Amino acid sequence: MKVVVCVKQIPDPADPGALDPESKTLKRDTKLILDESDSYGVEMALQLVDTAGEGSVHLVSMAPNNEVGGLRTALAMGAESATLVSDDALKGTDALGTAKVLAAAIARSEPDLVLAATESSDGYTGTVPEMVAELMGLPSVTFAKSIAIEGGTAKVQRQTEAGYDDVECPLPALVSVTAGVVEPRYPSFKGIMAAKSKPVDEVTCGDLGIDAGSVGWAGGGQEIVSIADAPAREAGEVIEDEGDAHERIVSFLEELKVL
Amino acid sequence: MTTYRSPVDEIRHTLRHVADLESVSALAGFEHSDQATVDGLLEEAGRFFDEVFAPLNRDGDLVGSVRNDDGSVTTPPGFVDAYRRYVEAGWSTVGAPVEHGGGGFPWLVNLALQDMMTAANFSFSLCPILTQGAIDALLHFGTEQQKETYLRKMVTGEWTGTMNLTEPEAGSDVGALTAKAVPADDGSWRISGQKIYISWGEHDLAENIIHLVLARTPDSPPGTKGISLFLVPKYLVNDDGSLGERNDVHSVSLEHKMGLKASPTCVMAYGDQGGAVGWLVGEERAGMRAMFAMMNNARLSVGLEGVSLAERAYQQALAFAQERRQGRAAGAEPGESSPIVDHPDVQRMLLEMRSGIAAMRGLCYRNAAAIDHARFAATEEERTAADQMAALLTPLSKSWSTDLGCELTSLGIQIHGGMGYIEETGAAQHFRDARITPIYEGTNGIQAIDLVGRKVPMEGGAVIRRHLAAMRATATRAADDPALSGAAAHLHGALDALAVTTDWLLEDGADPARRLPGASNYLEMLAVTTGAEILLAAALSDGGEDPAILARFFAANRLARVPGMAAGVTEIGPELAAGRSRLLAAP
Repeated sequence: MKVVVCVKQIPDPADPGALDPESKTLKRDTKLILDESDSYGVEMALQLVDTAGEGSVHLVSMAPNNEVGGLRTALAMGAESATLVSDDALKGTDALGTAKVLAAAIARSEPDLVLAATESSDGYTGTVPEMVAELMGLPSVTFAKSIAIEGGTAKVQRQTEAGYDDVECPLPALVSVTAGVVEPRYPSFKGIMAAKSKPVDEVTCGDLGIDAGSVGWAGGGQEIVSIADAPAREAGEVIEDEGDAHERIVSFLEELKVL
Repeated sequence: MTTYRSPVDEIRHTLRHVADLESVSALAGFEHSDQATVDGLLEEAGRFFDEVFAPLNRDGDLVGSVRNDDGSVTTPPGFVDAYRRYVEAGWSTVGAPVEHGGGGFPWLVNLALQDMMTAANFSFSLCPILTQGAIDALLHFGTEQQKETYLRKMVTGEWTGTMNLTEPEAGSDVGALTAKAVPADDGSWRISGQKIYISWGEHDLAENIIHLVLARTPDSPPGTKGISLFLVPKYLVNDDGSLGERNDVHSVSLEHKMGLKASPTCVMAYGDQGGAVGWLVGEERAGMRAMFAMMNNARLSVGLEGVSLAERAYQQALAFAQERRQGRAAGAEPGESSPIVDHPDVQRMLLEMRSGIAAMRGLCYRNAAAIDHARFAATEEERTAADQMAALLTPLSKSWSTDLGCELTSLGIQIHGGMGYIEETGAAQHFRDARITPIYEGTNGIQAIDLVGRKVPMEGGAVIRRHLAAMRATATRAADDPALSGAAAHLHGALDALAVTTDWLLEDGADPARRLPGASNYLEMLAVTTGAEILLAAALSDGGEDPAILARFFAANRLARVPGMAAGVTEIGPELAAGRSRLLAAP
């Protein structure tokens, strides 16, 4: 069984990020790391291959500056190989452009299953996996909390607000994995050493047969017109207990639709 | 409570600009430890220790390890699982020899990982570090069969190791120990006696514990010359490697300590039921030599503990100072209180911590690099020179880094103000934990005796003079840099004072009665100067502003005091001997 996992390399969320006023996008000139939300997909893929007793996990990623740090982490976890699409023409690529690139890169591997996070931790559009599925003509299942492969079928528990749905679809398929549903393994010392010699295939738009004008700023179907600082956190409300504090807290939580 | 984050960038900087990782990676056998690989290890190991070890540090202090009625010891919640993951991830194997299942990385890289592990969870870190010491002794002195039976599982961490030296009447004076070993018919020995202060002597992290025990064989001469080293496993190991009978060694109590509470400090009883089965390691009556093999690297590891604990305290104090608002700093808007990090004296304390940590880290890492060169440099001459340098630096690393570690963790409390004295903030834990480090693994007083008695006189003083000359060269180079010239002048001044004091030690102070009273003061002079030289050399190598600021701060604030310390070396010996005895006599 061949599983492809889409992984994104993002600026370390622990370091304060900054927006580039010119491009109005996140600055990515620092070292990039594996997006934590993708580590769940990698873990799930490794477990599926383990369970199947055969197969391999392949990574697909897109990054502007040939960065491979995050890929090495996922390779050290146990993935076998990676494809990195890196091309100056990709700067400013929007969600649909990203999906086009990923779909073309994934197709080269002819996978049985494609996994992705539900959304990235820096962009948060939450739309790329479904676009990739559409472009590749694959069934798309979202918010998976568990996946089992039986024959040519993926059986997915799909998380919902109320619980979960049991969903089945034929393979190949694309499934987005909810963050936190499995415990991603830490790369072991041996895994890190082994990852050094695992292949990372660096390709350009041209290699994938993608017209550079259809991606990046040139091909963008969206425009970022302005950026502004997030409003400062406002002071919270202090509730003095005059016998009715519990009721006021309940109504506050109801307003937030938490209850 | 702040979250600890491994200072990967600082460590990388120290490896590159102070310890010269590049030259260590160039040694035969270390080709795989290039900068990029080491970076990858630092990042992933750092993340592991931050996320798995560090969160257990506080509970470890609050709950501690507990001895049960049956003699077993239960570690604090989460420790068993964290240790299992540590073993699975293979972090204990990085520095061990390849032929015993290790990664064959330099000691320097191993020390960098240890730096992060110790800061993340000091109590926890002792278990693998002591195992490392036991591995060293077996590597040097174990028989092939002992290596075959025990080393691989100790390298992976599946089994842990301990060092059993101390007895109630044999502390710093190891030669006074009375534990006995008598030969059995099958070539093994029966060990009996009591040992105290045995860290991780009993616990629930691993399935077997390999104790290395100093004991006296029949008809041995008194003192250190009559001591032999024995291997005593908690469970005897069958021929097929499986675990057999429980050996006659048990923890009979745990000490209640000031800190380090998750690390079980055991009183161990050997042979209460007829004799613990043990095997001789190395030759009979050569136990001290084997013990020193364990202790030499362990002394550097303990020195590093001062660095790591100060780092953890610094991160916490800095976060608190950025958050806590009190008073109005100069230039702040009227009516607004400022974060205390804006107050000059708080900045001074934080910079004391940061510059001190950088200097200590540099010293310990340079010491580790010397150990690697001593083992693997191409020529005999290079190996000898590196070995002498490691020998000179080890008492400085151990002693100064732990003294300063205590000072800086105390400063961490000070920065918190009253809240620092309240246990809830967690600031006090680092100080309480650090307070053991100047005591164990050879007290700092013993380190100073070692320095002035054995290390300074090496090669008739040629080794120390070579070290002083190398530092002089850094001062001369730094004097040409406008940003560093002031610091360079302080370094020249300190070196002038050290030259005079060192000559005095080698000539007038050759008599122990003259040199010993001021030994600790000399050690501090030499260590502070070496630390300052390290910061200057790093600033020159890096060329950036931040390392230069740390070097300048350290030079003005601490190095400049060194010339004033010389009198504490040369003027408190025989001159005060009579008065000293009278003042300290029993009433």
